[in-house]
Amino acid sequence: MPRDFYRSHILICADPECLAKGASDIETVLESELEANGLADEVNVLETSRLGHCSVGPEMVIYPEGVTYVNLTPAAVKEIVAEHLLKGRVVKKYQFTGQARKDEELRAPTAKEVRVIMSRCGVIDPENIEDYIAEDGYAALAKALLEMKPREVIDEVLRSGLRGRGGAGFPTGKKWEFAAGQNSEQKYMICNADEGDPGAFMNRRVLEGDPHSVLEGMIIAGYSFGAHQGYIYCRAEYPIAVRTLRIAMRQARLMGFLGKDILGSGFDFDVELRMGAGAFVCGEETALMASIEGKRGEPRPRPPFPAVAGLWGKPTIINNVETLANVPNIIRNGAAWFAQYGTEKSRGTKTFTLAGDVNRTGLIEVPLGITLGEVVFDVAGGIKGGKRFKAIQTGGPMGGCIPEQLLETPLDYESLGAVGSIMGSGGLVVMDEGTCMVDIARFFMDFTQDESCGKCVPCRIGTRRILEILERICAGEGEDGDIERLEALSKYIVQGSLCGLGQGAPNPVLTTLKHFRHEYEAHIYEKRCPAKVCKGLISYRILDTCPGCMVCARNCPSNAITGEKQKVHVINPDLCERCGICMSVCKFDAIVVE
Amino acid sequence: MANKDLVARLTDINKRIGYIPRGEVEKLAKELCLPAAKVFGAATFYSLFSTRPRGAHVVRFCQDAPCHVAGGRAVLDAIRTTLGLEPGQTSPDGRWTFEMTSCIGVCGVGPVIMVDDDVFGNVNPERVREILKNKN
Amino acid sequence: MPVKSLEDLKKIKEEALAKRQIRNANARARVTVAMGTCGIAAGARDTMKAILDEIEKDAVPGVLVTQTGCIGLCEFEPIVHVQIGDSPQVTYGKVTPERARAIVDEHVVGNKVIQEWVVTR
Repeated sequence: MPRDFYRSHILICADPECLAKGASDIETVLESELEANGLADEVNVLETSRLGHCSVGPEMVIYPEGVTYVNLTPAAVKEIVAEHLLKGRVVKKYQFTGQARKDEELRAPTAKEVRVIMSRCGVIDPENIEDYIAEDGYAALAKALLEMKPREVIDEVLRSGLRGRGGAGFPTGKKWEFAAGQNSEQKYMICNADEGDPGAFMNRRVLEGDPHSVLEGMIIAGYSFGAHQGYIYCRAEYPIAVRTLRIAMRQARLMGFLGKDILGSGFDFDVELRMGAGAFVCGEETALMASIEGKRGEPRPRPPFPAVAGLWGKPTIINNVETLANVPNIIRNGAAWFAQYGTEKSRGTKTFTLAGDVNRTGLIEVPLGITLGEVVFDVAGGIKGGKRFKAIQTGGPMGGCIPEQLLETPLDYESLGAVGSIMGSGGLVVMDEGTCMVDIARFFMDFTQDESCGKCVPCRIGTRRILEILERICAGEGEDGDIERLEALSKYIVQGSLCGLGQGAPNPVLTTLKHFRHEYEAHIYEKRCPAKVCKGLISYRILDTCPGCMVCARNCPSNAITGEKQKVHVINPDLCERCGICMSVCKFDAIVVE
Repeated sequence: MANKDLVARLTDINKRIGYIPRGEVEKLAKELCLPAAKVFGAATFYSLFSTRPRGAHVVRFCQDAPCHVAGGRAVLDAIRTTLGLEPGQTSPDGRWTFEMTSCIGVCGVGPVIMVDDDVFGNVNPERVREILKNKN
Repeated sequence: MPVKSLEDLKKIKEEALAKRQIRNANARARVTVAMGTCGIAAGARDTMKAILDEIEKDAVPGVLVTQTGCIGLCEFEPIVHVQIGDSPQVTYGKVTPERARAIVDEHVVGNKVIQEWVVTR
């Protein structure tokens, strides 16, 4: 007599990996052992797709205790039944003691946050497709494939107002419409998971925490414009995301969400995973396609746009991870549901990463249109150590620095553009009063000139010239005319570059020049770094309060500090490298920078 | 002309040998029926590939803004002085290679350094010295 | 098994939800039967069956039944612990199947401790 109420439930992993290691034999032994011990109607055995430790499989978890047993053999099962199930003693030698994967990056949302994209991150087990299905996963796919025509899918996405989350903000439905209008046997759907903006890791979180939402979005997109082959281009710096995606793809294939005749609809679609090899520019769509084709990842002129002639010359759509993760929600809940968040032109929510000098760094998701000030002070909890806010940088290395007086700026595509910055993929860096804006501009320039692929001369050489000028200014060797030279160079680079990297590269310089011009002037004309950061313009001095503990002298890498025990030490400015190590190790706050 | 497996094949070589030697470039070119220049072009384009031998341990420092504002500069200096290497250099004894990397996406715990495949977050000069000493 | 229709998908969803419930079981009451060698020898198996049966018969919600080893009170076996919410755990001794059914009805469902069977250490 099958019973509804059991005292114990055993979830046994029937994933291909565990099956290959003999999970089905284990299940047979388990059933017969339960029978032999008279436990068959007390203990319920369920197969599940994956429990998360297949590398040490076969595995099972016994509830309600939640004890995971791994490396199972028939003998181990016998022992576990006799000890754990019969006598209630955990059999330690088969118990999995490793750390279960926990989501520590995501804290509880603050009042102004809305979790849509990340609603499942940290809630479901990303390696278990059943968990995703339990949360209505693949229901949108079923709705799209079985109840909607491709055109209706495009219309729904158009109505939702979803715009590309990769940064440029192009309406997603429009893109799909272009590709749908192309008469071609072969079309491609690419997911751009080459998240490379410094400080931005929201796509990684979605890939690691909810990979099926991205796959589901890709399949729906492919259906809408007639692609049967998808590619995910993921950067090699994200090994865990790659691993999670591989597991997700395999499970989706096994359940028939990828492959032939998906859900009996007659629609075929499959996905391949491609990895980058460390080139920032490959996040640019034409460069990304070149990389998939096995070439140097260099951008090419557009038009033709990828929707017309993309990967291997075929119509191709490239959508960002977060854009695609939004798609299932829109199809399932309707365009109107999505459009309730955000502003007239920027609908929905967006994930951002907060870094820098705020109390709460990390990942957030907010409705578009929230102001920068709300993000910094309400969501991020204000500036660390009670210091004063100075600037927020949005949009990654091609974004701009926005000063205090513009904190009321809403976080949406148009408003950010109006203040000289961009939405970008969603990296936010907050800087406090201790930050030198010339140094920051130099910093971003160092990044872009390094990552410039070199194809367009203005970008390749122009960014280098800007960097040289900025380095000179920071070293205290700035001259009259430098500011004008920076402005002119910036103009040429913007006009003469093919892709977003070059066109956006001068943004950090232009915005800091606009909002913090006085700092440039202080560096150039007064030979002074107001934030006391630039090495060429500062010196370290030991105060008379120095107790002579000798810690700084011992730690100085250039042996520039002399002094006897219990006597005030002295820094030799000729030897001092201005690394600041002495100041960081001094326990008496006796070293100052001026 | 291109081959869709090229980047993946180069990744394999780079992982197996630690870098991509000239001979491997030519061998791969022959096998994939590509000009050696194309293969070499791809090998030099991507920053995770190296065409020069690297040390037994590769120390990578994240050079991007979030780590920079979180105190990255002192960490960079500490690596420099501890290893006695500038970014891009390999120590003469073949123990260490010091490289800069762009964001590895764990900015919540910056500054971040990588030693071989391990990522270390929230590092400061003292921890750098400790981490590198433990690798010795 | 490939999912070939909406019905298939719904079925998998329901199964997945049931498994999730098992994993995240958030019980109002926890009944623990001591199943050491001594307990089993004293008839804990029948006690366990009676408890499961009683709970199923009355479809009592939010109860978690589990087992533990010998707790060193062998002379009182079979032993059953009952804990309602965060209140202190109550230990019953010499729990025959009949007593077990009464404990489910009065303590687990009715939240009333049956003092005369309680073991006090």
